[in-house]
Amino acid sequence: MAEPFLSIQHVRKSFGATTVVEDFNLDVAPGEFVSFLGPSGCGKTTVLRMVAGFEEPSAGKIVVSGKDITRLKPNQRNIGMVFQAYALFPNLTVAQNIGFGLKVAGMPRAAIDSRVAEMLDIIRLPQMADRYPYQLSGGQQQRIALARAIAPKPKLLLLDEPLSALDAKVRISLREEIRSIQKKLGITTIFVTHDQEEALSISDRIAVMYGGKAEQVGTPFEIYNRPATKFVANFVGTLNVLEGKVTDAASGKVQVNTQEVSLKGKLNGSKSGDTLSLALRPEAISLGRQPGHDTSLSGEIAEVHFLGSVIRVRVGIGGNTVSLDTFNNSATPPPVVGEKADISFSSGDMLVLH
Amino acid sequence: MKSGRFWAWVVFVLGAAYFFIPLIATIEFSLRMRRGVYSLDAYKVVLGDSQFQATFMFSVVVAIFTILLGVLIVVPTAYWIRLRMPQIRPIVEFITLLPLVIPAIVIVFGYIRMYGSNSPLPFLATNPGANALLVIGYATLALPYMYRAVDTGLRTIDVRTLTEAAQILGAGWGTIISRVILPNVLIAVLSGAFLTFAIVIGEFTMASLLNRPAFGPYLQNLVANRAYEPAALSIIAFVITWGCMSLIQILSRFAPKSANRPN
Repeated sequence: MAEPFLSIQHVRKSFGATTVVEDFNLDVAPGEFVSFLGPSGCGKTTVLRMVAGFEEPSAGKIVVSGKDITRLKPNQRNIGMVFQAYALFPNLTVAQNIGFGLKVAGMPRAAIDSRVAEMLDIIRLPQMADRYPYQLSGGQQQRIALARAIAPKPKLLLLDEPLSALDAKVRISLREEIRSIQKKLGITTIFVTHDQEEALSISDRIAVMYGGKAEQVGTPFEIYNRPATKFVANFVGTLNVLEGKVTDAASGKVQVNTQEVSLKGKLNGSKSGDTLSLALRPEAISLGRQPGHDTSLSGEIAEVHFLGSVIRVRVGIGGNTVSLDTFNNSATPPPVVGEKADISFSSGDMLVLH
Repeated sequence: MKSGRFWAWVVFVLGAAYFFIPLIATIEFSLRMRRGVYSLDAYKVVLGDSQFQATFMFSVVVAIFTILLGVLIVVPTAYWIRLRMPQIRPIVEFITLLPLVIPAIVIVFGYIRMYGSNSPLPFLATNPGANALLVIGYATLALPYMYRAVDTGLRTIDVRTLTEAAQILGAGWGTIISRVILPNVLIAVLSGAFLTFAIVIGEFTMASLLNRPAFGPYLQNLVANRAYEPAALSIIAFVITWGCMSLIQILSRFAPKSANRPN
């Protein structure tokens, strides 16, 4: 990476005896969109609040554009932020809300009006200038909050679960809008979310967090296809986990139930007799033996859920259950619970979890 | 069900009678100054009395200063407690309740002892000093009402997030309090202000013992020496109080509405 725009270095945060963020490191390139993804309590919002200046790190430093901002107050950082609860000022109109930061900065009235109009155009709500927040829907309020955050041309934009309070349809359209505005303005952005689909769909990179640490930082493709840890594999996307036993470490043979699969070159120091967790994404598995798939396992259909365009099938293989989706085909009836079935996949798609 | 409604009406009528009969009797009595006919003579006498005007104006000015002092003390305190020190809220609530359990006479004797002309802080040695002490005393008496009103107002907004939103946009504490917090709790502050006004206008003990030319001592003097005028004054005071309450209601219509709870 070229010179990072934002650099979070060895940051730790403790509240009393409880450490919520531990040795967190991340470099963000200029104009990059990075998501912090993780379950509640993983420390993602705390890291964001430390970048904003609302919390002071117990150790480590935060550098923006080469300048150490760790001890600066929030109002000295030139950072924009959008909050989960919108946080629009109820006593101010939409235009006054958007112009708030500009007025605080002492910008002349005419310049404020022009910038507010420009922002309203960007978020496609030019007719809302004189409305009050209570007269707007949740999605509109969050777009106004976004306009307010970017109006003063901040160096960095922080988004703290901005879509959580919105309904599903608005959430999807707004996340696309956020990404498109971010690309247009080229503003470096940190996005906090616990929704993996949100993070996968709009991020340049994702930092998956757990227990106050970054478990893995990578592109959505890397995070999904090459999860570094068991937590990442489980948290991001749907995953089938099979328990296997190494029968021949040298040749990569692993026994799943009573059947054998070959995982040559993937066992990374495992010894014969070790028990392993093997992971497979549902989309990597086919029902029946398919050309191009070098591995197959036999089992029994345990559950069949007809979902319209897709049929979700769960196949029992000994003590393991594997979930997979097949497209609905009107010429082929869905599988029947209890009947014998083979599943096949490419051994290259199987992940060994550590 | 029918029997329940009947008793509800009985209770309502009894309550209304308890409230309205003394009021009607006072109004009726205040109109009987001229023998044999109803007249507004008592009101004319009271309103035309230069003492009434002087003492009333004095109390109004004292009330305004008391409200300003109360707002300056209570708004930042209640705001800070909500934002940063919620753990000391019970202690502050207890302190603000003390004026309700400690009689004004105890406070004022304390003041006389502490700030008499021989003390290091001789507030009572001069008229402006005594007036300032009266304002401070009234601000103390109004504390339970002002604090509760402001605290209730702060409860209706998300103080922390609004503060952080303003901070990240570059605002300092002065801007946050004056442009974000105060406008959103203005109606609550006004409620506290009107309650303070009502307390100050009728207060007797402090004004009398500090020897201030306030409306309370004037009222007491009139009651002791006249028949019809005190009744007229009571009605005037009643109208002022209800006027204040109506103003609170009218102003609350202009309160900023919460974005999450449209009302």
